[in-house]
Amino acid sequence: MKTYECDVVVVGAGPGGSMAAKFCAEGGLDTILIEKKAEIGAPLRCAEGVSKKWLEEVGIALDPLWIRADMIGAVIKSPDGTQFKLDESKAGTEVGYVLERHLFDKALARDAVAAGSKLMMRTSCTGVIREGGRVVGIKVKSMGEEAEIRAKAIVAADGYESQVGRWAGIDTTVKLNDLNSCIQYRMVNCDADMEYCEFIIGRSIAPGGYLWIFPKGNGVANVGIGVMGPLCKGGEPKEYLDRFLAIDPRFKDSQAVEVAAGFVSTCPGLDCAVDDNIILVGDAARIIDPLTGGGICHACRTGMYAGKVLVEAAAKGDFSKASLMPYEKMWRDRMEDKLYRNWMAKERLAELDDETINELVRLISTSDIEEVNVYNLLKTVKEKFPKVVEGFEHLI
Amino acid sequence: MIVNYDKCLHCGGCAGSCPKNAIFLNDYILVFNDDCNRCGRCVRLCPVQALALEARA
Repeated sequence: MKTYECDVVVVGAGPGGSMAAKFCAEGGLDTILIEKKAEIGAPLRCAEGVSKKWLEEVGIALDPLWIRADMIGAVIKSPDGTQFKLDESKAGTEVGYVLERHLFDKALARDAVAAGSKLMMRTSCTGVIREGGRVVGIKVKSMGEEAEIRAKAIVAADGYESQVGRWAGIDTTVKLNDLNSCIQYRMVNCDADMEYCEFIIGRSIAPGGYLWIFPKGNGVANVGIGVMGPLCKGGEPKEYLDRFLAIDPRFKDSQAVEVAAGFVSTCPGLDCAVDDNIILVGDAARIIDPLTGGGICHACRTGMYAGKVLVEAAAKGDFSKASLMPYEKMWRDRMEDKLYRNWMAKERLAELDDETINELVRLISTSDIEEVNVYNLLKTVKEKFPKVVEGFEHLI
Repeated sequence: MIVNYDKCLHCGGCAGSCPKNAIFLNDYILVFNDDCNRCGRCVRLCPVQALALEARA
């Protein structure tokens, strides 16, 4: 059996993994990035919407190659059709781009490779190797051949499946309440507004989640739905989505050219995303906005933090949990409050019936919010519907 | 477990949701190991109803 040796092995070449590999390699670490699938960024498991501001923060230069559409606003709709339209002047940081994930993910993988990282395709992690109580590497199947990759540290960037962390002893299981089962069609020849992202909320449309329409230009849109765990019975997300598309006149002459499924966690992150010789990033660490399900920026940030912390750990020659703990502090300092706030908001929204949601959207649409973002929306809700924000008022 | 591969979209959602970490998505097929205690969570959550519990022998 073949054995590879390196400083850091990164499992998963999504945005989080590629960012981690890039920062490790840039810092001079011998880095191997592995990807289970035959193509990076495909098949799609994403609605492809991102906000704009964070890209600079993580050092990603805008490239028209992977930006499919530039949004000028967003629409929030309730079951009775009440809508709240945000134009660009009000949309603030919550609106942004619709990406081509298969190109975006490959661009980040290219950056990792350009920084000196080795990339192994069609290589899946099948377990971790333990010696003397420590994790010293991973077992893989690479192009059908079993092999071992020995490393001083592992970055688990294996997405929602998040199995590497569990093999290493970190419980990444999410509660049924804290996950959404999703399905999405890429619709063509539809009449959806090509400049606005649309979010439709309400139990009768998407129980405990929402239905999205993210346009990609030229009559093409990602139309998908997320349904909260406890409210989901086998096959229901697809049924809800099919029902919506059959009724909404904008999709009368539209057909799907792509079907994608995927899950998101909607908790505020793992209790601790590091242990001796291992760091979990992005979806694998359950670090996703619990309200929107958006996780690309979180994955990129945590990947970057992991890379930086591992470079420092290598300088000390110490990859123990204590030495990797600065990672924990970095992501919490940057994101914890917002994750917790949006987690609470998600829990409350899921409890509301259609009528209350209708009222809520009507209220927001008639209130004068200067810059619309989740924070300001919750502030308005706090004034008129204090019960909805009970228990986390201090974060608003 | 019975997997209907005509429906399965290989999204890995069942693997990531399994409380026992008993499901492995090997790119094109789902592998269930002996840790599966037939809790049914994956059956309930699958967005396209590709999973079913087989009857006990």
